[in-house]
Amino acid sequence: MKKKSHNNIVVPQPGPRRFYGQGIPGVKLEELVGKLIVVEGADGSGRSTQIAKLVDWLETSGHATVQVGLKRSSLVSEELERAQEGNILSRTTLSLFYATDFADQLENIILPALKAGFIVLADRYVYTLMARDMVRGMDESWLKNVYGIAPVPDAVFYLAVEAEELVQRNLSKNATLDYWESGMDLGLSRDMFDSFLQYQTAMQAAFLQLQKTYGFTIVDSNCSVDAVSQELRKKIGAVLAAK
Amino acid sequence: MKTFGERNFPGRLIAVEGLDGSGKSTQIYLLKRWLEAEGVRVYFSEWNSSELVKSATSKGKKRELLSPTTFSLIHATDFADRYERHLLPLLRAGYVVLCDRYIFTAFARDVTRGCPPAWVRGIYNFAALPDLTFFFKADLEVSLRRILDGRPKLKFFEAGMDLRLSSDPYESFRIFQGRILEQYLAMSTEFNFNIIDANQRVEVQQGIVRQLVSQRIDLSRFKRENPLPLPPPLKVKPKTVALEDDPAE
Repeated sequence: MKKKSHNNIVVPQPGPRRFYGQGIPGVKLEELVGKLIVVEGADGSGRSTQIAKLVDWLETSGHATVQVGLKRSSLVSEELERAQEGNILSRTTLSLFYATDFADQLENIILPALKAGFIVLADRYVYTLMARDMVRGMDESWLKNVYGIAPVPDAVFYLAVEAEELVQRNLSKNATLDYWESGMDLGLSRDMFDSFLQYQTAMQAAFLQLQKTYGFTIVDSNCSVDAVSQELRKKIGAVLAAK
Repeated sequence: MKTFGERNFPGRLIAVEGLDGSGKSTQIYLLKRWLEAEGVRVYFSEWNSSELVKSATSKGKKRELLSPTTFSLIHATDFADRYERHLLPLLRAGYVVLCDRYIFTAFARDVTRGCPPAWVRGIYNFAALPDLTFFFKADLEVSLRRILDGRPKLKFFEAGMDLRLSSDPYESFRIFQGRILEQYLAMSTEFNFNIIDANQRVEVQQGIVRQLVSQRIDLSRFKRENPLPLPPPLKVKPKTVALEDDPAE
């Protein structure tokens, strides 16, 4: 028989799957045969660009993909957006609101897609939510309990970019810095530029702290889009081919 | 976990818990009226009443979008909003805060819905415990009748229909409430519930409540400068009912 190109499609084998903590009641882990790939990083770290490229590559390679991100749930995303605009929520409330948003997407998108054998690409995951709260002084063990509902991904990449470089990328893209990405609610500085640098530096420290527990792969995203993309493909390729 | 008093808050928090139809809302309303008349700085807070979270909660409930996990988290969000924006500042300012349902409602309901107990308790561990908790224990049949007689159309989540206990909402409600009651009773010692026999007359219960409140909380510390004239005192011989010797059983 002649070897056809579709015979080269890699069928990922389901690996051991677990939740970080208590998990979601009633979910059968062995049914989650798809793969969960997470890309983390600040705004301007190249997350969206890299995810778009990964989707192209994965779909061309024969894999069905689904994308999820933060603040995209049908349940609370509008309310969360409104509450954020007014900046009226206290930290525990905001934290739980985000957790609700995450749980809704987890149960309605991520878990069903994994069950159907999709490759789920998460544009940020629980680590961003935890890092943001840690920077705001919340208890790490409390956060770990809340996000014990999250399944452990098959791969997590943190796109690391220096804070100074992030400023340049954000300004060249939007000509303005985002209120929340600058951590203005923390009162670090009344100067948005200073606040952005301080906040993003603190976020990187929080990610490094979380990396100790969660062991995600740090990708130097200061270099070119293609170089980063190549590295991601190599690592994801290995995850998909793993027996 | 510590109470507000143990955490050195100037204010005090009193919570009432019990099944729907146990009469707890009536009792806390009467307690509020009394404290106000006594000139106490008092604030009343209801479960599930944060304006901010309301639209998401009601949307989730109407469209039946909630799972046990999101049901739990959205109520925790609502609670956190009230806790951080209302309860904490008031308790710092020396108010007596009355809560119609507190974290124990979540412990009982969410665990009945299948959420892991340790997870639910962990979520709420940012909250201090009430200084005084009343649990209104009516016979299950009495609570059920009060609800089912007065308001025959049961809402989906209220009846626990999401648990698929029965396709009949009334039957589902009965089973659901029975399980919640079990959860409440299982935690009553751990959290120092003062169990009030809710099969008694309203006035009898209120007498017990007022007696216990004045014993446990030095109300004179919480008074405004010019108290309103007092209504005549209730003449009721107070008795609390311990779980072991509950005459209702």
